[in-house]
Amino acid sequence: MIRSFGYNEFLFLLSAVQWTLALSAIAFIGGATVGLFVALGRTSTIKPVRLLATGYIQLFQGTPLLMQLFLVFFGATVMGIDMNPWAAAALGLTLNASAFLGEIWRGCIQAVPRGQWEAASALGLRYPGLMRYVILPQAVKVAVPPTVGFLVQLIKSTSLAAIIGFTELTRAGQIVNNATFQPFLVFGIVAAIYFVLCWPLSLLSARLEQRYAAPAR
Amino acid sequence: MALAFDHAGDGAPRPISSEVVIRMDGVQKWYDSFQVLKNINLEVHKGERIVICGPSGSGKSTLIRCINQLEKHQQGTITVNGITLDSHHRHLDQVRREVGMVFQQFNLFPHLTVLQNCMLAPMKVRGTSKAEAEAIAMKYLERVRIPDQAHKHPGQLSGGQQQRVAIARSLCMNPKVMLFDEPTSALDPEMVKEVLDTMIGLAEDGMTMLCVTHEMGFAKSVADRVIFMDRGEIVEEASPAEFFTNPKSERTRNFLGQILSH
Ligand SMILES: Nc1ncnc2c1ncn2[C@@H]1O[C@H](COP(=O)(O)OP(=O)(O)OP(=O)(O)O)[C@@H](O)[C@H]1O
Ligand SMILES: [Mg+2]
Repeated sequence: MIRSFGYNEFLFLLSAVQWTLALSAIAFIGGATVGLFVALGRTSTIKPVRLLATGYIQLFQGTPLLMQLFLVFFGATVMGIDMNPWAAAALGLTLNASAFLGEIWRGCIQAVPRGQWEAASALGLRYPGLMRYVILPQAVKVAVPPTVGFLVQLIKSTSLAAIIGFTELTRAGQIVNNATFQPFLVFGIVAAIYFVLCWPLSLLSARLEQRYAAPAR
Repeated sequence: MALAFDHAGDGAPRPISSEVVIRMDGVQKWYDSFQVLKNINLEVHKGERIVICGPSGSGKSTLIRCINQLEKHQQGTITVNGITLDSHHRHLDQVRREVGMVFQQFNLFPHLTVLQNCMLAPMKVRGTSKAEAEAIAMKYLERVRIPDQAHKHPGQLSGGQQQRVAIARSLCMNPKVMLFDEPTSALDPEMVKEVLDTMIGLAEDGMTMLCVTHEMGFAKSVADRVIFMDRGEIVEEASPAEFFTNPKSERTRNFLGQILSH
């Protein structure tokens, strides 16, 4: 039985947006939390820590996100852990985001001039205080535009969670399309919704970049 | 406290305490195969003002940066205020708390106000209360004569003002020794004096000071001892009177010839 695309189908797509947003938010918060440690590890003076963080970043940047989701989803099942698509998508995207954010923030930490580290060290601040009160507040300013830019990537990446069966926007589109057989219309609308989510963020990122690129002092 | 007498300057000799604040013993440092510091032996007494000069690349910055371990030395011992710098973090922390440093590029924290710059270390390193840290900060900002700039950010200040804030920021930790690495070299000429005057004020208050500087006027009038470095070695060490009128080594004479002819 073929239905045609109507108001109910559209509402179904719209209600799936909440899952796209929820997944994006969790992956972003989780990715940011882990990513901070990845960035700190990447800029550490302790060589094994640095190597470990570098390896972590390269592993996640060097393999497709879809494979990472597969590995988390099916890998967990193989190891006897009951992993639902929701948890697998959240975990996989968190790990992936942490690697990318870690690498972005490494650059931001290293953009803080050496003299700042030296002055803080000379004043007797140890690593935690030095990072918290001197380096990170300055790194954050540089980090905001690329981080917002990455968030756009992340929202789009959540569409891959459809493949492991998590019902977010893209998966909802597939379901509607299976019932209506109007792929151009359905996926056109899905793409438009992604655009509405992402475009303001892209604009924001560009504007922030301009603002922070302007001489601040 | 026993008092010894240093070399006679051109005026009356200044009594120098026998208490040693910094002792460097056979200090050596390499960058890979390049030796930057060669067998450095140096004693700095309490209240002493030492000027270090020498050609570019001679290791002046490296020497003073070893004292608070911004650079690590590979051989020899450095003792500050009775604490020997070794691999113990605790010792390093203790030393850094007692040693202030002023950099050529000021290195103020741009995201903090002048006042916050001065309050940060007392609060986070010494655990001073906020109210007390603020009182200390204002005291030293007054001393470097910029209390009215306390709520501005460093970027809104002139170079000379920034360097005076940097000095105040160090003083807030109540250091036993102050290290200066070419504190006036990045300044426009008209701002050099205000910073030198601040340093002279510090010297008059009895601060132990090690200054890398090419301000020979400052060396003549303030230093108890001038140290001349070349290629990683201390080549000559003398009172300013001796150093400028009767340098012993050829290298010192060449250096002075160059620097004083400008
Ligand atoms: N991180 C480093 N790696 C390798 N070589 C270095 C490093 N830092 C300094 N050097 C070298 O060590 C030597 C001493 O440097 P240092 O900065 O102590 O000289 P300086 O006397 O302070 O010179 P200047 O008057 O130019 O400031 C120079 O030859 C310099 O090139
Ligand atoms: Mg130098």
